[in-house]
Order: sequence, then C-alpha cells, then structure tokens
Amino acid sequence: MGLQPYLILSAVVFCIGLFGVTTRRNTIGILLGIELMMNAVNINLIAFARYTASVSGMVFTVFTICITVTEAALGLAIVILLFRVRRTVMADHLDLLKG
Amino acid sequence: MSDTALHALIALLLPAFSFLVLAVVFPLRRLGRPAAWFSILCAAGAFWAAVIAWTHGGPDATRAVWPWLPSGGKTIADVGVLVDPTSTIMLCLVSLVALLVQFYSLGYLHDEPPAALGRYYVYQSLFAFSMMGLVLAPNLLQLFMCWELVGLCSYLLIGFWYQRPSAARAAVKAFWITKAGDVGLLIGIVMLWRLTGTFDLTELRSLAASNAIPVAGLSIITFCIYLGAMGKTAQFPFHVWLPDAMEGPTPVSALIHAATMVTAGVYLLVRTDWLFALTPDVLLIVAWIGAFTALLAAVLACVQDDIKRVLAYSTVSQLGYMMTAIGAGVASAGFLHLLTHGLFKALLFLGAGAVIHAVGSNDLPNMGGLARRMPQTAIVFIVGTLSLAGIPFFGGFLSKEEILGAVWAGGLTGPFVLLMIVAFLTAFYMFRVVFLAFFSTPAPVAAIAHGATVGRVVPDQATGITPLRVAHSHLHNETVVEGAHVNETPHAHEPPVTMLLPLWVLALMTMAVGVMSTLKIGGFAQGEGEAAPAWLTPSAVGVATAGILLAWLTYQNRTINASSLAAMFGPIRSAALKKFWIDDIFEGLYGIVLLGFSRIIGWIDRYLVDGVLNVLSDWTLQAGDELRGIQTGKPQDYVYGVGAGVLVLILLMRLVF
Repeated sequence: MGLQPYLILSAVVFCIGLFGVTTRRNTIGILLGIELMMNAVNINLIAFARYTASVSGMVFTVFTICITVTEAALGLAIVILLFRVRRTVMADHLDLLKG
Repeated sequence: MSDTALHALIALLLPAFSFLVLAVVFPLRRLGRPAAWFSILCAAGAFWAAVIAWTHGGPDATRAVWPWLPSGGKTIADVGVLVDPTSTIMLCLVSLVALLVQFYSLGYLHDEPPAALGRYYVYQSLFAFSMMGLVLAPNLLQLFMCWELVGLCSYLLIGFWYQRPSAARAAVKAFWITKAGDVGLLIGIVMLWRLTGTFDLTELRSLAASNAIPVAGLSIITFCIYLGAMGKTAQFPFHVWLPDAMEGPTPVSALIHAATMVTAGVYLLVRTDWLFALTPDVLLIVAWIGAFTALLAAVLACVQDDIKRVLAYSTVSQLGYMMTAIGAGVASAGFLHLLTHGLFKALLFLGAGAVIHAVGSNDLPNMGGLARRMPQTAIVFIVGTLSLAGIPFFGGFLSKEEILGAVWAGGLTGPFVLLMIVAFLTAFYMFRVVFLAFFSTPAPVAAIAHGATVGRVVPDQATGITPLRVAHSHLHNETVVEGAHVNETPHAHEPPVTMLLPLWVLALMTMAVGVMSTLKIGGFAQGEGEAAPAWLTPSAVGVATAGILLAWLTYQNRTINASSLAAMFGPIRSAALKKFWIDDIFEGLYGIVLLGFSRIIGWIDRYLVDGVLNVLSDWTLQAGDELRGIQTGKPQDYVYGVGAGVLVLILLMRLVF
C-alpha cells in the first residue's frame, strides 16, 4: 500500500476536526475537534515515517500524543472553571474579548 | 614664565580658587561670615599679586599661555594671561575695588541670613575671577568667554534679592540687553577671525601694524565689536539696563555697575584701538554716540530722586565720556578716565550705600542734614563728588581735561560742545545730591518743589519706605530694606568700621591721584604729546564751578526756586521724567514686533502644524473605531480569520511567487 491512502485518511480526519472546531457551540465539542485534528497530524507523521524509513517521525508522534493529552487535560479543566464562573460553556456566549 | 606673568596668574586664580571652594564646600558657604572672610582673604591675595605684577612689569608685553583648542598641530586659541602696562593697572583697579567692596559688604549685608551671605560671596569671587580673566585675556576668544561670565555675574548679583519682583525683572533686563550687544561682539570676533585667521591679540596687533589686515569690510567688524561694547558699557540706546541694575545691593552697584564691569566695553576698545584706528568712520560713530549718551544720561540724572539712580545715570554719562575719547582716537585718555572714574565712582556708590544703610531709603527727599550725623561719610562723599565734577586736585580732574583736550584736538567740535554741557550738568546734579542729602534740612517745601515723590514724603519720614518694608518683611523674618538697618533719619549714624575703612581708602586714593595728576608728579609727569589749548582748563573748571554754584543757589541757599527752575525746562524735564520714552520704545518694540511675530508663529503652530497632526490622529482614531467591529470576541470567528489568512497565503504563493 502506498502513501496516498494514509494522506487522504489524514486529510479527511483533519477536515472533520476543523469542521467540528468551527461549527460546534459547545466548548467541549471544540476540544474534541482539536483532538481529531491532532490525530490527523499523527497519522501523517507515522505515514511519512514509514515511507521514508526514518525514526524521527515516530518520535515526534510520541511527543504529539503527550502534548495532546496535556492539552486535553488543561482544556477540560479550563472548561470546568469556566462553567463554574459563567454557568455556560457555549462559545458564542463567551465574547468578553469583543472590541 | 616671567615674574610678572606669574603674579598676574596668581591674581587671576586666587578668586577662582575661592569661588570653587565656596561653591563646592557648601557647609562653609552656609556659615556666611567665615565664607565671606575666606573670599576677602583671596581677594586681598589677588590684590597683592596684582600690585606686584604692576610694579614689576616692564613696558613690554609678556604672556603665559597654554593651548586650548588644538587643531592639526597648531592651536586656534590659547588660554592664559597677557601682561602689559594696560592690563596690569586695570588688574590693580579691579582687584582693589573688588577687595574693598567685599570688605564693605561685610558691614552692609550685616543682616542677611548666613546662607544668602555665602551665596553673595560666591558670586563676588566668580565675578573677580571673570573680570580679571577678561582683563588679562591674550586673545579675543578668552576675552569673550570672560565677557559672558561677567555678564552672568552681573545678572546673578542684580537679582541677589530675587524675592523682589523688581530685582528679578531688572536682572533679566540687564541680561537680555547686554546679550543683544554680545551677539554683535561674537559675530565681530568670528568675522575678524575669518579675515585674519587668528584670535590672538598680539598677532592681530602685529598684523595691523604691518598693514596686513585688509581694510575693506573691516568697518563692519569693528562696528560689531563696538556693538558688544555698547551693550556692556550702556551706550545709547542700550543704556536702559544700567539704572535698573541698581536693584542689586549697593556694593554690587559700586563694583560691577560703576567701577569694573561696565567699563569692560571701554577696556575692549582700548585693547583694540589699533584695529579701530583703521576704521575712522566707526570711530566717528563711537565719538558721537558717546557724547550723546553722556548728555542724555546727564539730563536724566538731574531729575532723579533716587540717590543710586543719580549715580547710575552719572556712570552712564561718564562712560559716554570715555567712549568719546576713544572715538577721538586717544584711547589712553579714555583709559585714564576709566581708572580714575573706577576709584571715585566706587567711592560715591559706597558712600551712597552708607547713606542708604543709615537712612533706610534711597530717596533724596527722605534725607537731608546728614552731614552732622555722619560727617565722615559726608567728607568722603564730597571728595568723590568733586572728583566727578572735575575740580583740580581731585581724582577726575586730569582725566576729564585729557578727554576734553583729545576731543578738541580730534576736531570733533560737536561732541566737544556736548561734553562741556555735560561737565556743567555733572557738577550740578552731583551737588544737588550733596546739598539735598547732607546739608539742607529735609523740608517739605524742597520735596514738593521736586515733584516726583510728593505724597509719600511729608511729613512722616517713614512712609516713603513703608512699601519696600512690607514687600520685604514677609520674605525674611526680619525687616530689611536694601540690607540695611531700618532707621529713620533722626537715628542716622556713621556706618560701622567695615564700611568706613573702604570709604577712606578710596577717598585717600582719589585725593592722591588728584593731587599727583594736577601737579604732574609721579607717573603723570609725561603728558600727552599734543598740548590742549590754554583756555581749555579754565573753561572746563569754570563750567564745573558754575554747575556747583547753581546747585548751591537752588538747593542750599534757595535764592533760585527749584520749582521755577524746573518750570524753565518744563518740556525737557517732563520728557526726562519719562526717561525720554526710550524704555517705552523698547517696550513698544517688544510688544509690537516681538510679541506680534510670536503671535503669528503661535498661530501657525497652533493651526497649521498642530492642525495637520490633529487631522492625522483623527483619521487614525476613526479607522480604529471602524475596524474594531472585526474583533467579535468569539473564538470561532478568529479560527475563520486564521483559515482565511492561510488560504490567502497559499494563493499568494501559488499566484505571485
């Protein structure tokens, strides 16, 4: 099997993630979308690592997974705090930075 | 280095040392009297060194200089001392008067708070240093530097009682008007440097002697230099600052505004007389302006009721005398008058200071009959007055004759006539002061006849000084008028010995100079080559005597009614009371030209320069207002923004690069 199917899979997953990030009103949904996009990146990294037979892509993937986990943990913590303070987690209600 | 130059250098550096110590070691300065004594000791040392430099100096010039502005192997200008008979005798005069004035100030400023007294002596030391630096300057650049320094000291000392608005105003006025002349001097010096390539006086002199200075265009240069002298030496129309400078303490008036600094202009012209000799047209201007100034100031002196102002105008008048002599081409006569004038005018001012100290007021109508209460002051004051009037055996006699002779011999009939009138007026107004202050009883009649101060004179002696007192007493805790004990005339008394001693020294020196010069002994044996006409001396003395007689008849004997005398000269008198509107003209010029111009500039700044900036900033603000709608605060909109940005970048990379 060549490189292409992996890349297509990765692109599809990325787009689903992006769609989720841009359209979900719920902050947790947005976080889920980000997770998907990250995993699309991971697929890409592994695919290229196999294709070029180098280890560095796999190493990077391990890093990415670590970072994704931390990010998810932090993100969820923030969402919980946000809920406590604002009683809502809907992104379109959180517009304190409006100019 | 020769012995003479070394001593001149010591004389120069001792006041500088005193200035530095007092300026830096502020605990000493704030002690007041110890600081004063330190400064006086340094001044005494300087005087001693100056006398040695004078007596040991030969007729030739010696110099001790160090390179100052090096430029490619040679120096543009040096610093150091140039010692010749002219500079050493001037040095003696400066250091002598400085010493006596500093000593006198101990008594005069007795009631000043210690810190202010220390400040006074810092300024005095700085002044002594700068003036000596000016006198000894080997080149025009050092001279200019010291010239500005003495101007600064003058400003600081006029404004010594800076809490008084009038003193602060007078200080600023003096500073600006002399500065106007100084710009001319600076331009003249630089133009002369362009023409000859040197600032050095010795080199310039040898160039002038060998006719190596091109005469074309030299007139402008000498006129510019004369402009500087006009400002400093209070020549018409720049004389307006000097009478106002009397706001300073009286010893300062004696030192700076009578004996030394104001004569710097005369000294400058004496120093460069070989240069001015090349431009006779400028010399003619010098002579006419000098004579006119002398007459103008003498007329103004006749109507003043403030004793210091009379002396101030008489200083202006005598400076005009000196300038006329220089204009007539006989700088030595002007210089001789500078020296004798320095002695007797310092004496007169210090005497006036003693009177003010005792009476507590400057106004003549508040005085009268003081000769009985302070006989010693009266005697020395009369010695000074006779000197100023040019009576034989007194200090100013010979120098005045020399000037009159020089002006006559120079063929300047017009200035000569003016100067003769001035001689008459000088004797008249000075003896008016003597009779009003020392002899006549302070009668209400005399005061009213004198017009100007009606209403605040009679009968209560104290009313005249009340406004000053009020103005001053909330500044210091004690009541001080002009630094004096406030005493009404009945309690007037001789000044303390610190003030009497300098007075007697100056009086005796004036007498000594007068006797020696009249009898032509000592250093006065060799007169000027060309003899003045035989009728000159009798007529000059006669004119002076007539002036004295008129003053006596008017103010002592009262044969002539002062008010009818005043009425005879009605228009002139009323014009003189208004100072011939010269101050008003200056004020008008300031108000119309300067303020008008600055109003135009202000309008341009406010509406054109600021306008452009305001429009730009308004646009920026508006644009920001419009654009802030983009910031929705919703995170997903920012994701769209990032996405759009990435797309644009990709498109750019595809299409453009």
